Amino acid sequence: MSKKRIEDLRIVRNHQLNEDYHVIDLQPAGKLPEIFPGQFAEILVENSQTTFLRRPISVHDVDTERNILSILIQIVGEGTAELVSLEEGDYMNLVYPLGKGFSTDDPGKVLLVGGGCGVAPLLYLARILSEKEYEVHTLIGVRKSEYLMQISEYEKYSTVHITTEDGSEGEKGFVVNHSVFSNLADFKRIYSCGPEIMMKAVAKRAEEAGVECEVSLENLMACGIGACLCCVQKTNNGHKCVCTEGPVFNSKELLW
Amino acid sequence: MVDMSVKIGQMVFKNPVLTASGTFGYGPEFEDFIDIGKLGGIIVKGTTLNPREGNPYPRMAETPAGMLNAVGLQNKGVDVFVSEIYPRIKHYDTNIIVNVSGSTIDEYVGVTEKIAGLDKIPAIELNISCPNVKEGGMAFGTSCESASKVIEAVRKVYHKTLIVKLSPNVTDIASIAKTAENCGADALSVINTLLGMAVNAKTRKPCLSTVTGGLSGPAIKPVALRMVWQVSKVVKIPVIGLGGIMNGTDAVEFMLAGATAVQIGTANFIDPAVSVSIAEEINEYCENNGFDSVSKLTGALTC
Repeated sequence: MSKKRIEDLRIVRNHQLNEDYHVIDLQPAGKLPEIFPGQFAEILVENSQTTFLRRPISVHDVDTERNILSILIQIVGEGTAELVSLEEGDYMNLVYPLGKGFSTDDPGKVLLVGGGCGVAPLLYLARILSEKEYEVHTLIGVRKSEYLMQISEYEKYSTVHITTEDGSEGEKGFVVNHSVFSNLADFKRIYSCGPEIMMKAVAKRAEEAGVECEVSLENLMACGIGACLCCVQKTNNGHKCVCTEGPVFNSKELLW
Repeated sequence: MVDMSVKIGQMVFKNPVLTASGTFGYGPEFEDFIDIGKLGGIIVKGTTLNPREGNPYPRMAETPAGMLNAVGLQNKGVDVFVSEIYPRIKHYDTNIIVNVSGSTIDEYVGVTEKIAGLDKIPAIELNISCPNVKEGGMAFGTSCESASKVIEAVRKVYHKTLIVKLSPNVTDIASIAKTAENCGADALSVINTLLGMAVNAKTRKPCLSTVTGGLSGPAIKPVALRMVWQVSKVVKIPVIGLGGIMNGTDAVEFMLAGATAVQIGTANFIDPAVSVSIAEEINEYCENNGFDSVSKLTGALTC
């Protein structure tokens, strides 16, 4: 694991994907630390009256060659609105890299399932898994086709499957209704990130099929470094800090 | 050169900056960010006789200029502290203080007895002010009678420096402070969190699983300053000020109001390196304002 650091990173690109989402590319003055898929950063929000704590934001992608860390931000409140209002050349203060990421050490055929802003950590995961010669499938579920983002990015590293609730693109329904779920046992592992209700449904299907499932949780947190004990998740081994013992957990550990 | 050292009880601190219990883990959580040896002291997580799971999630809510927590003293218990945690932190070149918590007087005494034998723990901070546990905790710190019982019982078995952490959720903090002094406390930590509450209008539910929790952060700084000022006027023992200190200027304000030292709490969550910066900023303040010793700031307020 890399040493955690506090650092100002310069915004080299702030790209608005749609009304609610921005991808922001950040560059430190020196070299980026080693970052694992599923890890996150705690980002300081300045100039906001109502935002006191840092915002935990997933690492969306890392381009080691260009020394760029990308984050995907969904505007949910004043803090995230303030962050996406920053411009190229401005700086963001990050505490990073934080948390324990996804397992990436035993290649095979795997399925990544994301919904909403939960797709954020899956792009970097797909990149790393494809570098390690996994056979990667990504399933992205949204309400309607307008909410699909960055499909071409996921296609660089994986076979992409889509569900929309209104049937406007891909298969109609929720992610677990997708035909890929009918052959779940073909997969060595499933990785999921998104709304809790979606992850629970995915984990249930994975467990029924006897397939390992890793999920990434988004509990409210303060410090991000295991000091405040606010972000705990109930597990079969007591309360665990999502920030240090997660955010990625094997679904079987969770009592949810 | 400014003399940054301060004395509390039988102890000397290299500077007046300590980290507050429950906001700094046991120290290792911050090792990537700071040299812990640059702090006056660290006060580790509230420790109870038996392991505690704490309260159910959600146990934190962000509020204007602060946050509420209802962690509820989650910790692995004193035996795990002694056997597993203490050996990993005892090399720190700073004063390590254990925050002792409990539901009954016997529990406070039991934890204290197990901590008393540890060479590298020169003091305990008696937590009679936790607002997030059903039994004990704050209940001990909100009346002079119950406060005196628990402080006297612990004082009997503890011969090193005894700090008592006071609750702000009282009508007259000065009288509780006086009681603590009379019962043998060597110093007072002023203040613990203020009891508060947050509501989610969208879901029409409380934000915390426990409904109420402890408010911390800059939102409580004026209340904390007022209480430090009131308490330091009525007791002779040192007061350690805390409540919303975010930077060196805040820390200096607490010392001017009467604090001998300060604790940094919630600010650690925003900037994990802030405690060391605050020590440096206090030093700069002394240099820039002609104080050759930081202890001369204590109570230097002119009203």
